[in-house]
Amino acid sequence: MTTIQYLSLTKPQRILVNIGNFFKNFGKGFVNFFRGIPVKLLRLWNKVSAPFMTLIDAWKKGNWMVRVNFFVFGFYQLTHREIARGVLYLLYEIVFIWFLASTGSAYLAKLGTLGTFSTSSMYLVDPTYGVADGAFKGGDTSFTILLYSLVTFFLMIVFVVLWFFSIRDAKSLHDNIAVGRLSKNSQFFKDLVDSKYHVLLMAVPLVGLVAFTIIPIVFMIITGFTNYNGSSRSILYDWVGFDNYRILFSGFGSGGGIVSIFFKILAWTLLWALIATFTNYFLGMVIALLINKKGIKLKKLWRTVLIFTIAVPQFVSLMLINRMLSNTGFLTRIFEQFGWVATNHSPFEYKTLARVIIIIVNMWVGVPYTMLICSGILMNIPEDLYESARIDGASPFKMYTAITLPYMLFITGPYLLSQFVGNINNFNIIYLLSAGRPSFGLSSTLGYGDPGETDLLITWIYKMSMESGAEKNYAMACVLGVLVFLVIAVLSLIFYGRSNAVKNEEDFA
Amino acid sequence: MAEKNFASKRFAEKSQRVLIYIILTVVSVIWIFPFIYLIFQSFAEVANPKSIFPERWTFQNYLTLFSSTSKPFLSWWLNTFLIALATAVLQTILVLMTAYSLSRLRFSGRKALMKLILVLGMFPGFLGMLVNYYILQLLGLNTSIFSLIVVYVASSAMSYYIAKGFFDTVSKSLDEAVMIDGGSKNTVFWRIILPLSKPIIIYTVLVSFTAPWGDYMFGSFIASSSSAITPYNYTVAVGLSRITEASEYGLFCAGAVMVSIPIAALFFWLQRYYVEGIAGGAVKG
Repeated sequence: MTTIQYLSLTKPQRILVNIGNFFKNFGKGFVNFFRGIPVKLLRLWNKVSAPFMTLIDAWKKGNWMVRVNFFVFGFYQLTHREIARGVLYLLYEIVFIWFLASTGSAYLAKLGTLGTFSTSSMYLVDPTYGVADGAFKGGDTSFTILLYSLVTFFLMIVFVVLWFFSIRDAKSLHDNIAVGRLSKNSQFFKDLVDSKYHVLLMAVPLVGLVAFTIIPIVFMIITGFTNYNGSSRSILYDWVGFDNYRILFSGFGSGGGIVSIFFKILAWTLLWALIATFTNYFLGMVIALLINKKGIKLKKLWRTVLIFTIAVPQFVSLMLINRMLSNTGFLTRIFEQFGWVATNHSPFEYKTLARVIIIIVNMWVGVPYTMLICSGILMNIPEDLYESARIDGASPFKMYTAITLPYMLFITGPYLLSQFVGNINNFNIIYLLSAGRPSFGLSSTLGYGDPGETDLLITWIYKMSMESGAEKNYAMACVLGVLVFLVIAVLSLIFYGRSNAVKNEEDFA
Repeated sequence: MAEKNFASKRFAEKSQRVLIYIILTVVSVIWIFPFIYLIFQSFAEVANPKSIFPERWTFQNYLTLFSSTSKPFLSWWLNTFLIALATAVLQTILVLMTAYSLSRLRFSGRKALMKLILVLGMFPGFLGMLVNYYILQLLGLNTSIFSLIVVYVASSAMSYYIAKGFFDTVSKSLDEAVMIDGGSKNTVFWRIILPLSKPIIIYTVLVSFTAPWGDYMFGSFIASSSSAITPYNYTVAVGLSRITEASEYGLFCAGAVMVSIPIAALFFWLQRYYVEGIAGGAVKG
């Protein structure tokens, strides 16, 4: 459709066309996402095959010392005045082999069965066995076996990578020496603060990331394929393959089983994330507009009042609001006067009321952030845009929809996305306010916790895996965790790609 | 005629302004109200959620808070303060290092790493809590509440985003000038980038200092998993949630006030940098 055709349409028709375009573009983003996969795979193959080429090349063209390097890390470096590098390579090889021999291999061997000899059976024989302050004595514990195997596996990856680097490095040293360029040990330290500076800077943060974020996440994904219930870390459990996934989706189609609850909660999670993100965004923007309007005094005061909510720890303010909404809380009494809540009942016993309350409280929590961000951007909108609009006789509302809003949406696209993801995983507000009530009335003996109408997937996962005193199902919680991740990852990769595409087109105004 | 138009226009503007003031006042009252309520409740002799004003005023809650041996608030406060201080220092260093690498240095896998960190942030974190605890145990750290520092600092790389956005805006010609004079990238980082990054350093310190005060999840997980951690070792967040579990609301409110005052004071002092950081970081995608 050309611009002239579009302009000749009436207002309602234009809106229809715009809505149609939105979905068309959304579909396109979807299609492009999947269409790009083959090209990406090809590129991946090229990347994957390159290291093997390097290795073959090094073996063929290198001398015997380069070949020894295939078995003794850093041998070539050590024999060619690159002491520091050589020592580091060799040190890792020794440490890894020592770890594998002393600890790793024993656990790896048990990985197939996840242990056969339980601590509790040992305890029956001899009460000095068992759990003392979380330390295990005797017996196998599947948790430990899995975790140690995982750690060994990660160290093994590092081992292979360093093996490759040490050979590649030896080969390039070899080539340099062949043309008469000798290297110096001190160059290594010079590189470390210059061309290899990233290695020095990223080492500590990356080790932290691997140990406390990546290993736990991989562990979680793997646990989804076991029948671990989470009751204690000292028990034995087994591999069950895809059973958890099968159990989760077994009621699919018949409308029964756990899957119906899963989809109910998923639907509410997405609805919640959408509403929570946009209510916060627009209210925050409106308040920012009001505060920043010309001629309004005490700008700093208004802003400071709102910042106060950010300064006070969130769990304190949420517990406080929770108290106002308790059975006898004074907000509940106001609801009673309106007849929304029966006397001495909690407002969270009513599905719609509970949901509305949560969304409103979320606005109370989130609007100050949006207000701050929007104020910053609003001040950057070029004043001449408004000037010319005013000369053309545009109303304030028109200026808002034609200038302010598009400008804001354009700039804050990535922020909106991160807010959306944050709201899908917004644990605190649900857990500390409604705790998921009103409950679906699922029997607690099933081990699926006690999910309810206002539960998000994340709080349901928590109830299933962490809540004390209840029957637990850690493995199923892990499966749900993986599903939450898949939903978010697909949604955000699509939106992220699209918002980038928008950004690259041209600068605004 | 023209004069009348002018007058009515002025009247419209004036009434509009009055309307805005009314709206802003209402908004402010709504936002500040829970804290007024909190302060009133902390002075109530009998904590009563039914009314806003206490029936009888008392300092007893505060006195109990600072004298109780079963709920040693002062040592909770000190624990949290030390944890927050250490976290703030270490985390800021690591965040700046990561952000500088990702913003200024070009190495293979940089973009992949940034995407990986984005993706990692989407996993529900607390499922890893059990494993985190076990890793702490492997390192022999699980018996102290100060191991929280390790956990907080270890995730520093995840929050590189805002500082990176800031570094991206610092002109590259400064770097080049140093390089031409024979300086290394290390020199650029210490002599050029850091001195120019005062707002973002303060922002990072502020955010990482305040986070431990509000984190009750991992804190209470560690506290309840190890018998070596007595009530004296709690952080304020853990302690306050234990107080609410015991339904001592007056005490909770007093404790909450004592936590909120220093944090809020810090925020108001450094407000400008916080606003700069949060607004700047959101804009650069």
